[in-house]
Amino acid sequence: MRSHSDITVDAPVQGVQLIRLNRPEARNALRTSLLGELSDALTDAGQDDQIRAVVITGSEKVFAAGADIKEMAELNPVGIWKDKRPQHWNSIKAFHKPVIAAVNGYCLGGGMELAMSADIIIAGENAQFGQPEINLGIIPGAGGTQRLIRSVGKSLAMKLILSGEFITAQEALAAGLIAEITQPELTLKRAIALAETIASKSPIAIRIAKETILAAYETPLSQGLELERKAFLFLAATEDRQEGIQAFMEKRSPQFKGQ
Amino acid sequence: MSYHTLLFQVEAGVATLTLNRPESLNSFNTEMHAEIRDALKQVRQDPAIRCLLLTGAGRGFCAGQDLNDRAVAPGEAMPDLSRSIKQNYNPLVHSLMSLDKPVVCAVNGVAAGAGANIALACDIVLAARSANFIQGFSKIGLIPDSGGTWTLPRLVGRARAMGMAMLSNKLTAEQAAQWGLIWQVVDDDQLMDEAHSLAAHLATQPTKGLALTKRAINAAGGNSLEQQLELECDLQYIAGCSHDYREGVAAFVGKRKPEFKGE
Repeated sequence: MRSHSDITVDAPVQGVQLIRLNRPEARNALRTSLLGELSDALTDAGQDDQIRAVVITGSEKVFAAGADIKEMAELNPVGIWKDKRPQHWNSIKAFHKPVIAAVNGYCLGGGMELAMSADIIIAGENAQFGQPEINLGIIPGAGGTQRLIRSVGKSLAMKLILSGEFITAQEALAAGLIAEITQPELTLKRAIALAETIASKSPIAIRIAKETILAAYETPLSQGLELERKAFLFLAATEDRQEGIQAFMEKRSPQFKGQ
Repeated sequence: MSYHTLLFQVEAGVATLTLNRPESLNSFNTEMHAEIRDALKQVRQDPAIRCLLLTGAGRGFCAGQDLNDRAVAPGEAMPDLSRSIKQNYNPLVHSLMSLDKPVVCAVNGVAAGAGANIALACDIVLAARSANFIQGFSKIGLIPDSGGTWTLPRLVGRARAMGMAMLSNKLTAEQAAQWGLIWQVVDDDQLMDEAHSLAAHLATQPTKGLALTKRAINAAGGNSLEQQLELECDLQYIAGCSHDYREGVAAFVGKRKPEFKGE
C-alpha cells in the first residue's frame, strides 16, 4: 500500500475501490503530484484481483475545479514539453477496469476531463460542468476537445470550450455527458452501488466489454463490429460464460471466478 | 456586517433581514441587490443560522424595482431588462427557494411587483392585515418576473393568476390568505411578534428535515407522481441518516422534549 496525501483510497464494499480527491483547500485542483498519485492508485488497483471496479469522487461541493493554475503558470514551453502530466493521463486512460466518476459540485477544466476519462459519470443535481480553459488563453489539454465532442456532439462541445460557460447536471444528462442524476447526498452511495453491481459480474466479460465499447471511438463501424464478434467468441471459451448461462437456467445467482 | 440598504441581525439561530429603504418603500436598486446577496451568503454559510426572516422597514414591504434606478425615457435606447433579471432577481429567487433552511416572510405593508413575488418565493408568508399584494407589471407593459408566472398559478390556480397578472389590482392580505397565496394574516401590531416567534420556533426544529421537505415540495411542480415518489424515497433516506431523526424518535419514545441540532 502506498501512502497518499492528495487522495484517499478505501474499499467501501467488496470488490470496489474508492478514490477520493482530497485537496479541499485548492478545490481539488489537479496538480501534477495528485495526478501521479491517482495513476499510481489505479496501477495498484489494476494489479489487485480483488478490485473489480473503481469509483472516483471529490467532495459534496467540488469534484475538481481544474488543473493547478499556479503550477501551470510556472511552466515554460520546455517545461510543458517535459511535463509528466500526459504520462499520468495516459496511465489513467489505460486502466482496464470500470471507473465511475461520482460528481458533485464543480467539475471544471481538468476535473471535467478526469470525469470524462471515467467510463460512467453519475452526478448530483448541484453539479456544474465546464471547460473554462479559454478564459486563461489556453485550451483543454487532457482530452477535453476530443472526448466532449464524442459524447455531446459538436454544437454543445464548441459552446462549452469556446465560451467557457458551464452547464448544469440536467443539461449534462440531456446531452448524454452523464448517465444519471441523483440528490447530491446520494451521488457517492449510488456510484458505489453501481460499482458493486458491476463488480458482481464476470471480470473477464466486464474487461472485454469495456475494451470493445471504447474501441468504438477508435475504429470505423465495420471494424468495430468485427472486433465485437471476436471478443464475443473469446468469451465463449471462458468458464464464467458457462457459469453465467447455467446459473440463469437454474434460476440461481452465478458465481463468477474470472476464469 | 453593516449595510446601507438593509438591517441584518442574527440572534438565537434566526437571521432577520429587513429591507431598509423606507423612503422609497424598500424598492430594489443595484446596491440593495448586492447587499442582499452578501447577507444571504452569510445565511447560507453559517450553520448557527437555522431560519431566515425577511421583512421590510417602514410602511411598505417592498415596492419592487426602483424605477428611478432604471432610466427609461421614450426616445432613448431600449433597456435590456434581461440583464438585471439575470444578475439580480433570478439569483435572489433561486437563493431563497434553494436555501437549505426555512424562510419566513413578514409582509408588513404593500408588496408590489418583484416585491410581491420575492415574498411569495419564501416558504411561509405572514402578512399584516393592512398589507396588500399587487403584481403591477401589467400597468407598465411588463410581465410578472421574479418567478411570478411560475408561483402564482401554482398557488392560486390559472384563473386567479391571470386576473392578478393582467389587471394588477390590489389584493388585500385577507383575500390573499383566502386564496391560498399566503399562509396567514395577522393584525398589524401583532405581525412582527408573530413572525419572530414563528422564526424562533423553526430555528429549534430539525433544519435538515425541513430543508429536505422544502426541496421535495419545490420539486413537485416539475415532477410526475412516479418521479416524486422516487424523490421522496431518496430524501427520506437522507433524512433518516440525520442526527435529528434519531433524536426525534428517542425523545418521542422517552416522552421528553427533543433537542434538535439541525443536523
